[in-house]
Amino acid sequence: MNITSAQYSRDAEDTKNVCVVATINGIKMHVPLDPANTEYAAILEWVAEGNTIQDAD
Amino acid sequence: MSKAAELAALIGSQTALSNRNLIINGAMQVAQRGTVTSASHDSFGGPDRYKISETGATVFTMSQDSDTPTGEGFANSLKLDVTTEDSSLAAGDFASVMYNFEGQNLQSIKKGTSSAKSVTLSFYIKSTITGTYIVQLYDNDNNRSVSKSYTVSSANTWEKKTITFPADTTGAFDNDNALSLLVRWWFSAGTTYSSGTLATAWESSTSANTAVGQVNAVNSTDNNIFLTGIQLEVGEQATPFEHRSFGDELASCMRYYQTAVPAGGDIFGTRIIFGGHIVSGNNIFGFVDHTVPMRAAPSITFNNIAVSGFPSGDPTVNGYGLTRFEVYKTANANNNGSYYLFGYEASAEL
Repeated sequence: MNITSAQYSRDAEDTKNVCVVATINGIKMHVPLDPANTEYAAILEWVAEGNTIQDAD
Repeated sequence: MSKAAELAALIGSQTALSNRNLIINGAMQVAQRGTVTSASHDSFGGPDRYKISETGATVFTMSQDSDTPTGEGFANSLKLDVTTEDSSLAAGDFASVMYNFEGQNLQSIKKGTSSAKSVTLSFYIKSTITGTYIVQLYDNDNNRSVSKSYTVSSANTWEKKTITFPADTTGAFDNDNALSLLVRWWFSAGTTYSSGTLATAWESSTSANTAVGQVNAVNSTDNNIFLTGIQLEVGEQATPFEHRSFGDELASCMRYYQTAVPAGGDIFGTRIIFGGHIVSGNNIFGFVDHTVPMRAAPSITFNNIAVSGFPSGDPTVNGYGLTRFEVYKTANANNNGSYYLFGYEASAEL
């Protein structure tokens, strides 16, 4: 997968990160923090390669 | 095949008389995404559950097509139309289509045990390019692989292929919802994948041994490849294709992908709506129930958004589950007739 951006998104009460809003293969996706999710697993590999998920706004 | 031969095949298969086919959507009936152009890398498109896996220049248009083998009871096929060719393969170039399995759906194979079973793959293929093709099983849990070759004898002609893969007493599939096994139909392979000796028995995966002899079927934009009637079953005997109802196949596909607006559907009446009386600055919540529980919490892509009293752009996802997800949007107006409409795609593909 070609991941070009990734940023955490938090819940409405601002208590926790809920997902990663990522651009993957040119498509904006809201990716849950679930290792069983294929895109999230790819994001974790992307992080392991030295990339960083940006903090939520 | 005569009725007696069909019965003999079923009995001889030593497997169930129903639910034999481990493949979902083998007859290519369900195509929720519709036609997808510019399909490369990890693209899904056309019939559900089939995924392009590609590195290099090759680009396909993936679609559901009505071109099928005559008299076999199929109405649909997967069509791969080469729209960008890769006529001069670099070492690492390849093009393929994959079907991925959850490990918990493969326990009947007994892989990694002393009583491991062979599996038999049957399918129909029609391709512009004749020659040797490779189909591979890859065990993602244990990094093991086996490949078999077959021949496309006549250009642009439907041919049925039946291939039995040996049992593997090494490396069990995990009993979970993650990727354990993939079937890969190779259509081109650079030397990285073809410079060794074809692994016709299970072995620790070696790239050079996976697609030895594969013809380049993507060397021209004139090329098309069609597949249908795909069946993978336990045992050494290919039985007649197990046709299932559209509803059964659609529900099975929805475990991996659902959308508010399926291909060919009308966005009006199918999008999700919330709104009504709003106060600027307030968060307005909505939720979406999945038609069937999904394999894992899905990635969500939003589309067809229309607003009044809300800013444009995606809603914020506030929570995920296998059966629903929750979103909210912050109003930017004081309004009694507000609305926020959206479509979505939810993907829990492997």
